[in-house]
Amino acid sequence: MADAANGEGAPVEPQARKVVYCGVCSLPPEYCEFGGTVKKCKEWLEDAHPDLFERLYSESSVEASLSTLSLDAQKRAERDAQKKAARAEASEAREQEKKAAAKVYIKRIERNKRKYVTAVIGLEAHGLELKKVAKDFGKKFATGSSVTKTASGTDEIVLQGDLSDEVYDFITETYKGVPEDNLECIEDKKKKSG
Amino acid sequence: MFKKDINPAKKTKVKSSAQRALRSKLCDSYPLLAPYIDEIIPKKSQLDVMKLPDFATLYSLESHPLFVEIEKKGADDIFLPHLKLVHAFPHCFKRVQIDRGAIRFVLSGAALMAPGLTSPGGRLPPAEEALKPGEVVAVGAEGKDEICLIGILKMGTEEMKEKKKGVVMDEGHYLGDGLWKLSVE
Repeated sequence: MADAANGEGAPVEPQARKVVYCGVCSLPPEYCEFGGTVKKCKEWLEDAHPDLFERLYSESSVEASLSTLSLDAQKRAERDAQKKAARAEASEAREQEKKAAAKVYIKRIERNKRKYVTAVIGLEAHGLELKKVAKDFGKKFATGSSVTKTASGTDEIVLQGDLSDEVYDFITETYKGVPEDNLECIEDKKKKSG
Repeated sequence: MFKKDINPAKKTKVKSSAQRALRSKLCDSYPLLAPYIDEIIPKKSQLDVMKLPDFATLYSLESHPLFVEIEKKGADDIFLPHLKLVHAFPHCFKRVQIDRGAIRFVLSGAALMAPGLTSPGGRLPPAEEALKPGEVVAVGAEGKDEICLIGILKMGTEEMKEKKKGVVMDEGHYLGDGLWKLSVE
């Protein structure tokens, strides 16, 4: 801990403490045991900060922390922790499944006989920020590119011009998090407007 | 109060005049923080502001969250430091401690109850440094170095010692809540 005991009044050097945060659950490592992903957190800490790991998970420190609780409370806490871990695991699995199933549609929409716009739907399910992606599209293809709300309330990226094939290639190349199998090009013909 | 995950909203820049006012207000509410204010908010920096639900606004500096300003009806606004800032300057905030058994309840967002503080593992300031209701207090935990919760006291520390019962703090900002997880990139 940095103590401000340098007697010269105003501190000159940065006084802020640097705190390590767990790369898995984002809490300070001391609190990992309450996060529900203890196992993963432990592995991460051992990898990234072996010295901290030694301090927190050495046998003596574990024992010391346990001995302060009554047996009954210990048991209850353990059961609770297990439940929490199970829940965290389940939600993670669900998330992954959802991600694997989430399709990205590249839709070619006829705007005016020979003019088209391209809509990209469903990128947000893969953890991408639509606004940033839209900007990237605009830069790459030098066209208008915007995030628009659809009637159903979800967001989509709309690009000017027929770019479905280019967008397909661009997504597979730059955003590796999106599996190519989940990409799909579809065409949407405008109905005869009355 | 930030139990639910918060969706990042649009960030806007703070006017430099508003930023100056904010600095002085912060120094007023946290006199212990005053010597470090130049490090937290350098004079020529550009703060960002983000609106959060429940009449709260978050101030951040270069994607580091700093403070949340909570509007109170009929009273002055309250500044609640983000826990990352508390971790950086832990000795600048008034502090109490909870026992080990209470940690898991606090980290799942329960209201802080008096027995967690009055039991042997907890720690309260002595009578001459008693804290009054309405003060912003950082809550540490038995056997841990870092602060796990920060919020506004609902009950004075002397009253706690006397009653040993009841809610001490609700609507705090705890590790792993929506505000903690919110990214201000």
